[in-house]
Amino acid sequence: MIRAILPLVLLTTAAAAQPTSNVAEGCVACHGPRGAGSGSVPPLAGRDAAELAAAMAAFRANERPATIMNRIARGYTEAEIAAAIAYFSELR
Amino acid sequence: MTVPVPRRALLSASASASVAAPALVRAQGAARLLVIGGGFGGATAASYARREYPWLDVTLVEQQTRYITCPYSNRVLAGDLALADITHGYEGLRARGVRVIHDRALHHDPVARSVRLGGGEALSYDRLILSPGITLRHNAIEGYDEAAAERMPHAWIAADGAQIALLRRQLEAMPDGGVVGLVIPANPYRCPPGPYERISLIASYLSRHKPRSKILALDAKDTFSKQALFQDAWRALYPGMIEWISATNDGRVVRVDPGAMVLETEFGTRHRVDVANVIPPQSAASIVTDAGLAGRTGWVPVNPQTLESRTEPGVHVVGDAMFPGPMPKSGFLANSEAKAAVAAAAALLRGEAPPEPIFVNTCYSHVGPDYAISVANIFRADAESRSFQEVPGSGGTSPRGNIPEQRRLEALHADGWYASMTRDIFG
Repeated sequence: MIRAILPLVLLTTAAAAQPTSNVAEGCVACHGPRGAGSGSVPPLAGRDAAELAAAMAAFRANERPATIMNRIARGYTEAEIAAAIAYFSELR
Repeated sequence: MTVPVPRRALLSASASASVAAPALVRAQGAARLLVIGGGFGGATAASYARREYPWLDVTLVEQQTRYITCPYSNRVLAGDLALADITHGYEGLRARGVRVIHDRALHHDPVARSVRLGGGEALSYDRLILSPGITLRHNAIEGYDEAAAERMPHAWIAADGAQIALLRRQLEAMPDGGVVGLVIPANPYRCPPGPYERISLIASYLSRHKPRSKILALDAKDTFSKQALFQDAWRALYPGMIEWISATNDGRVVRVDPGAMVLETEFGTRHRVDVANVIPPQSAASIVTDAGLAGRTGWVPVNPQTLESRTEPGVHVVGDAMFPGPMPKSGFLANSEAKAAVAAAAALLRGEAPPEPIFVNTCYSHVGPDYAISVANIFRADAESRSFQEVPGSGGTSPRGNIPEQRRLEALHADGWYASMTRDIFG
């Protein structure tokens, strides 16, 4: 009986629960769940996508003062950074 | 494979009756994710699975009803924090819909896909994530066993906090002018920079309260994590207090005598100390070594794409128990690995290809008030070599030099990390 309704239910969950990008899952370890910030570590949620993209590009190029983000930013591809920014910038 | 069904409504009903009803749950079609171990790896896996894949039926088995973190326990030793500050409950996971069972996982049967608990219950699963942590190899150092640890604490498995509290009491009771001996193992072991953060923070405590005391660090290796940064800090903050002896200089301890408080090295030097912190060699916890999952190294080799055991597909192993190649055994990486393992398990349960994982690590070490240093790494799974590879040009340690603002910010960010990470896991 339950199996009969499966396809419908699956469609619903797929649309509702798009998993967070795996890069963003690394960010939230310091930047707080859902990028809400944590102590001195600044929030990412709801920040302007262009501002975040510029900051990450500057960290990667070592052109922006950083304690640690310059080291981390260089580990990701541009596409991965874009996916994480898309996730955080849309959060409110 | 099993077809997943969102089943929040079913879960609450089945959870209450679940002791006798694993077959019933299966008949209802839910994909059952069983997680063994409620630390950084296991509690992350359970929480993340419910958050991102709410159609999974998630059970977590953990012996302790409260979890004390190893990260930040060195600050308890220094007297900067209390055990209560680093203790976390499982209410948050329960609120997310995780069935949390406080029991001991005794035996894993990969053929029956079942784990037997100390209380007698057998839990069946569709996918298993093991994050059991480490076990201490008793008598790898002659004379060092559970009884010896009551006199010479390891304080390297937090458990109920007794070992950390014991070492703290011993430091408090030691007279000014005493010698604190640390025994440090060869690689690999849990938290590579941990012993050196511990040296630093014990020195921080002693310099404030017992400034004539000394720390004697006896190491089974010649180099260590963030070495230059630690040694710079020791010279700057605690001049003359810390003596670190490398393996080459007879630092490897082979025997201890807890009665006489003696640490004896490879070449027979007997160091008498007032407080002894013995961090012994380690291996993966017994549930995985007993099940034959660990290789000759004592750690579990995994497929880097999915974190599945090389010998038992369907069983994912994360955290300190796994053989991670170049990845350090850190809480940060356990969190990262757990998320990758859950994403892979969820994809495989749906008959999909697992996503490409990426592993991130940032290890802060406090070395004194307003002074922390870090190492960061990004790793990827290399399918061809079946290993983890650090991304070239990324990561690295904090810069050297007299840069107090960098040290101060890193100390603040470390606190931010701890709060963030523990909320991500237990919140």
